[in-house]
Amino acid sequence: MADDHHDEGGISRRHALECMLWAGTGVLWAVTGGVPRSIGLLDSAAAATATGLTFLQISDSHVGFDKPANPHAIDTLKEAIDRIKAMPQKPSFMLHTGDITHLSKPAEFDNAAQLIGSAGLQVHYVPGEHDIVDEGTGKAYLERYGQNTKGAGWYSFDQGGVHFIGLVNVANLKAGGLGFLGPDQLEWLEDDVKGLSASTPIVVFAHIPLWSVYPNWGWGTDDAAVALGYLKRFGSVTVLNGHIHQLMQKVEGNVTFHTARSTAFPQPAPGTAPSPGPMLVPAEKLRSVLGITSVHYTQGKEALAITDTALADR
Amino acid sequence: MTAWRLIALAAFLVLGSDVRAEDMVIQIENFTFNPAELTIKPGTTVTWKNADDIPHSVVEDGTKFRSKPLDTGETFSMTFTDAGEIGYFCGLHPHMKGKIIVKP
Repeated sequence: MADDHHDEGGISRRHALECMLWAGTGVLWAVTGGVPRSIGLLDSAAAATATGLTFLQISDSHVGFDKPANPHAIDTLKEAIDRIKAMPQKPSFMLHTGDITHLSKPAEFDNAAQLIGSAGLQVHYVPGEHDIVDEGTGKAYLERYGQNTKGAGWYSFDQGGVHFIGLVNVANLKAGGLGFLGPDQLEWLEDDVKGLSASTPIVVFAHIPLWSVYPNWGWGTDDAAVALGYLKRFGSVTVLNGHIHQLMQKVEGNVTFHTARSTAFPQPAPGTAPSPGPMLVPAEKLRSVLGITSVHYTQGKEALAITDTALADR
Repeated sequence: MTAWRLIALAAFLVLGSDVRAEDMVIQIENFTFNPAELTIKPGTTVTWKNADDIPHSVVEDGTKFRSKPLDTGETFSMTFTDAGEIGYFCGLHPHMKGKIIVKP
């Protein structure tokens, strides 16, 4: 993947944004000098030298999924968690960007909590659409993860000088629409960031991408622009999403958008299949299936490098 | 065999068979409702069947009715008695839309 690094205009390699694809462990983020950059899960040297705040993102565990694309989604989640446990330096906490369960069943929530909890890290969750299909349309999720949250489960917290904002864009979805934040949450967000200095690094995490990845497949959020408008004045905004089960990244001004891979099953690249349904790959490829690499570079900005590691990688 | 047993057996045969002749099936496949628009007579029962490897649901546009999440192979049925147009969508993937037109 090193051959995809771009050294442009004499800028050193460490400034490059690098994205390496993976089949489902996590993304390790390090906040150095207020700007998040990610480092490889398995890169123990990088982990050991990282200073400041480090945290992890996992996504789309789909506990309960047992279809051909991965008949044992619980096993690949366990493999991901085992890797996290084996990390030489513990991250400060973990973000889970939704679709913890496949069908919001109590047993699925229980199994997920037990497995993910075994990593011994604090976990900050936001729900995916699969987590709120219980009879109470989200009651089961909120009973478990809704403490100190508003509405459908949104909240913010500060850690290591970074302001983290967990948003919910999977509730009260409208016919024909995409992901949806809604006026109540937007009002809360505007108020939440009002008192913050523009130099505060912001990390926003939500399930469905907050940028228009592929609206034909519902991969976007209708009112994301309003939310991003409230964050315009900030010098560093990082948006972490899941939902599309593949890595994508876009940098727009001060905002870096990134989607993480699933720990359960891959989904096709936008428009490359009749539908965004689970992508079937040969069993022996499942743990390494997603192997594209993209490199981004933004001049004059400190690097935000995102490295994903396949379960098949050593 | 007593008369009520015969009736029970007949009812079992009718209900146990897939779908009655006058009833309609909408397949959910590749993240679409097929057919997306369906015209029926009042009193028709419509059954949605999910053929995808991902759950879908059937939610009336104004949430007047909402199915539970339908896993692969699961079905949801509604009988439509009143004439009119009923728009619906998938509660998990709201870009998936469909319409039932009930016409005498």
